[in-house]
Amino acid sequence: MKIPTLQRLLMLVISLSLGVWVWHLLASFLRLPAFILPGPTLVWQRFLQTLLSGQLIRHASVTLLEVVAGLLVGGLSATILGYLLSKSPTFENLISPYLVASQSIPIVAIAPLLVIWFGPGIFSKVLICSLTVFFPVLINTVVGLREVPQDLRNLMRSLQATPIQTFRKLEVPAALPIFLGGLRVGATLSVIGAVVGELVGSDRGLGFLINVARGQYDTALVFVALFTLMMMAIALYGLVLLIESRLLAWQSWRQK
Amino acid sequence: MTFSPEPTVSVKNLEVVFSDASGVVHALRDVSFTLPHNSFTTLIGVSGSGKSTLLRVLAGLVEPTKGEVQFNKRQPRVGLVFQKPNLMPWRRVIENISLPLELENIPKEEIRARAQELIELVGLEGFEQAYPRDLSGGMAQRVAIARSLMQDPDLLLLDEPFGALDALMRERMGDELLKIWHARRKTVLMVTHSIAEAIYLSDKVLVLSPRPGQIILELTVDLPRPRTPEVRYLPAFGDLVHELRDCLSEENNPSNLTGKPFPYKQEC
Repeated sequence: MKIPTLQRLLMLVISLSLGVWVWHLLASFLRLPAFILPGPTLVWQRFLQTLLSGQLIRHASVTLLEVVAGLLVGGLSATILGYLLSKSPTFENLISPYLVASQSIPIVAIAPLLVIWFGPGIFSKVLICSLTVFFPVLINTVVGLREVPQDLRNLMRSLQATPIQTFRKLEVPAALPIFLGGLRVGATLSVIGAVVGELVGSDRGLGFLINVARGQYDTALVFVALFTLMMMAIALYGLVLLIESRLLAWQSWRQK
Repeated sequence: MTFSPEPTVSVKNLEVVFSDASGVVHALRDVSFTLPHNSFTTLIGVSGSGKSTLLRVLAGLVEPTKGEVQFNKRQPRVGLVFQKPNLMPWRRVIENISLPLELENIPKEEIRARAQELIELVGLEGFEQAYPRDLSGGMAQRVAIARSLMQDPDLLLLDEPFGALDALMRERMGDELLKIWHARRKTVLMVTHSIAEAIYLSDKVLVLSPRPGQIILELTVDLPRPRTPEVRYLPAFGDLVHELRDCLSEENNPSNLTGKPFPYKQEC
């Protein structure tokens, strides 16, 4: 079933306005103080205020930088390691205990340690983002490469393709759908990683802004930071989706 | 039908043994035959008789345990068509056909021209830009055949290429294949399950016994060419079907008599 784009857009607008309206009703009927539940008008005012003062952009750009850098570093290293793992079972047996062990520790729990070791600056946040991105991308790289049909591998062998040709013409395009699925999950996880790092200890970023606003009972500002984070995660997710639809045009039956 | 004296492939005393965790599997034993230049040979046998293994050895995908495979030239090109079309779903029809030559240093325009020529040969004009998901089973298999011809192979190996098609489509594809074969003479070895198909298409039928696979019959098919559907109604066709069916029937299956593989070669 395919709904026209205009109609879908209209539905989105209706659904969002309904949500804001319910929020407004809740805030005004329950007569809650603004530091518990600020109404949409207050949050909008606070948003314009922080936007015009440059405060929002300053903090958001720091977080965005951490998120994107983490995505690149974590994604790239996971892809390379994933490729090596899928090629060599020996290597996999050697490495996998560490991978499993590292994943059994929640990132939230080691974030303080990383901040102690690498300081409250951007570097420790990029590291936390990379770690959150790493695992889903790694797993999907390995699975994607394993799913390459054996018959197609045999075809390449019978055509006497070199390993590089097999990589470029078979493994990359065949593993791409699953790999990009991992990257999509990684993109949203990276935002979580950055905020966790900033909440633990930092002097910049949206996580820092939330911490400061909370200390001042400026709940409207907390909402502003939260919505900004949400937008960031959605934009990144959409970006990966866009890349997917470009690279995987042959899969357009998926959308049908 | 006469052929040039030197066969394209000579297989001598071929033996293939696989060993894995569950033990040793004797796939092929003492298999010898030749494939005359530009001849059409089919390989027939019950499931598990090592037909595919034999094809894989010829394609260079499996190393023989013993014996040898001799081509009439160094570095022969082998085209391979599998039971499934095995197309790359992310490539359009023409890109799938182009693949074998993309692996060599050949100018793009030349690859395109040759692919286009083959698309016409297999009757897929108008589908150049289609993706495999939009093709029927028969069309996909035509693409696979065109792809296998792209490198102008010395030997064309077909592993039950029409096994996944319905009976009518299968006969049509057989005629199609013969047409292609007449247009581009190749040495062909094709695996099939169908007795009628084997006789209809080939100059020679090789019958492989159940594991360990040995050739128990080499049947020369002396029917006139080009073959037309009427060939099927010739008395000679019926006789050949009869002979082949007898050879493949249970009574002649040595492993059924003793319960274990026969230690020596049983001819039909």
